[in-house]
Amino acid sequence: MNTKNTQQNAAIVIGAAQLDDLVKVLRKDGYATIAPTTRDGSIVLEEISSAAQLPLGLVDDQQPGAYRLSKAKKPAYFDFTHGAQSWKQFLFPAKEKLWSAHKTAEGFQVEASIDAPKYAFIGVRACELAAIRIQDKVFVEGEHVSNGYAQRRKQALIVAVNCRRAGGTCFCTSMDTGPKVKDGYDLALSELTRKGVHEFLLEAGSASGQTILKRLTGRPAAAADFKAAQKASDKAAQSMGREMPKGAAKTLANHLQHPRWQDIAKRCLDCANCTLVCPTCFCSTTSDSTSLDGQNAERWRTWDSCFTLDFSYIHGGAIRRDGAERYRQWMTHKLTHWHDQFGVSGCVGCGRCITWCPVGIDITAEVRAIAKDK
Amino acid sequence: MAHKKPKLAVWKFSSCDGCQLSLLGCEDELLDVAEQVEFAYFLEATRAKVSGPYDISLVEGSITTAEEEERIHQVRKQSKVLITIGACATAGGIQALKNFADVDEFISAVYAHPEYIKTLSKSTAIADHVPVDLELRGCPINKVQLLEVLGATLVGRKPNVPNHSQCMECKMSGQVCVMVAKGQACLGPVTQAGCGTICPTFDRGCYGCFGPKELSNTSALAARLGELGLDSKQRSDLFRTFNAAAEPFAKESVKHD
Repeated sequence: MNTKNTQQNAAIVIGAAQLDDLVKVLRKDGYATIAPTTRDGSIVLEEISSAAQLPLGLVDDQQPGAYRLSKAKKPAYFDFTHGAQSWKQFLFPAKEKLWSAHKTAEGFQVEASIDAPKYAFIGVRACELAAIRIQDKVFVEGEHVSNGYAQRRKQALIVAVNCRRAGGTCFCTSMDTGPKVKDGYDLALSELTRKGVHEFLLEAGSASGQTILKRLTGRPAAAADFKAAQKASDKAAQSMGREMPKGAAKTLANHLQHPRWQDIAKRCLDCANCTLVCPTCFCSTTSDSTSLDGQNAERWRTWDSCFTLDFSYIHGGAIRRDGAERYRQWMTHKLTHWHDQFGVSGCVGCGRCITWCPVGIDITAEVRAIAKDK
Repeated sequence: MAHKKPKLAVWKFSSCDGCQLSLLGCEDELLDVAEQVEFAYFLEATRAKVSGPYDISLVEGSITTAEEEERIHQVRKQSKVLITIGACATAGGIQALKNFADVDEFISAVYAHPEYIKTLSKSTAIADHVPVDLELRGCPINKVQLLEVLGATLVGRKPNVPNHSQCMECKMSGQVCVMVAKGQACLGPVTQAGCGTICPTFDRGCYGCFGPKELSNTSALAARLGELGLDSKQRSDLFRTFNAAAEPFAKESVKHD
């Protein structure tokens, strides 16, 4: 990991067939290479051992509550946007053992547990880089550091990819997080398909990125390559499926009793999908388990959500009992209070909460509806 | 001197025995369970009976006869901790379909001699009759949850049995949403988790075997199922299975009758 760019970004152009060389170099260096691939009709993030496992020639159609993959006109590797999963599941896994303990004659002995594979993430989008930076603030830069996250993050190598098209629920431009990656990556890929020639512009964003780049065979990048890459990014920026209204933070803060919250509650299932697919949502719960004989115990941290009853359980009972309260908690935290807490918005504009909501509630539409009442 | 083991009893009411079988199905852990408790009354495992009172009673099945209505009080009186296991015991089970129809009509259609059949007009959960300390959902119950409840009860801590949606389990296990990615009907968003994500793994929507989750917005889901192409009967049928009589599911199914 190196969040600072080197002064002069080294850049080369490799043929699409050489993408596999990148995977091989990373694997040779001991990285678990995690990349998009397909499973059950969706893009998923899994470990790959070859570029052949990447979803070549697929695009996604994303609408509120609906996601479909289809064949692309141009056989590109990264013209889909993303699936429900994000890199969060690797840096901040859904279930993580924190420690185990066993009984001894004197009492009990605790053993800490950290599972930190060395990951290389291939195909990280600009919105997802922004999400990782937000989770860094939460887990590493605050007063209380998550050791597991910190270790996994420190070891992770990021190969970003610039989006050439936007999905139907994307709105990164209005959150100022994309579609082009700015920094925070080790290597960045821009896919180029020109006159039947399929190539990648590969830019180094860190010292480790430079080292890897030097081990790959390609031609030096020319001005025309950068221009083509920029043109593709501009096209993506102009095709955003959604837009977050300006001043969302203030709009929500000023309308905490708006009737729209009750209206949302009628549609909301409180299923928590939006929070679990959100690449910045970081809430978790801890639970202890014991073996049947009472000799061993374990403490686990698991994802939690502000949409569950137990989430707001305190002495005397749960304080957020109805759907309106839970949705408002999520949305105002994400778009308003996050600024107070972390100095940035909690939303990166990836649109996952819209696509993967089973009933298709659209966070941008809800802000717009509330903003109508000035 | 070794401590006396707590006495465990397993009781059956109107049910298929599948949830009791989940205890026997623990295989690898069954000997560990037997080391911690005395199987004092468990007819599916042993004909030997040890008299009560019992430290832990697991109750399977619903109340469908006058005899059962009486017997559950006897079980409660003899049990320090009473845990109901499975959809029959916690919601009336599949046999609660009769709650939505005329039982006499069923009886005369099914039996050659209806006069021998004595049954209540409704199948009801154990908690409708006696105080229950803990309800373990599922049709059948999940073995991991059963062991967790037994382990927690033995050491006197609160068991980790989440009451959140099935969707959370799908997302945490990396399962692709069959409703969003394929447009399949699924009860996951209104169903309590716990089965181990069985149906979505096999490319099928959730059937709601674990019953309604807390705050189960069935009407919002039913509206969406309509948009996905389910007609009224299909929607009613979907809510009317193993947990048909659980209140949110029952109310929703009646709306689409």
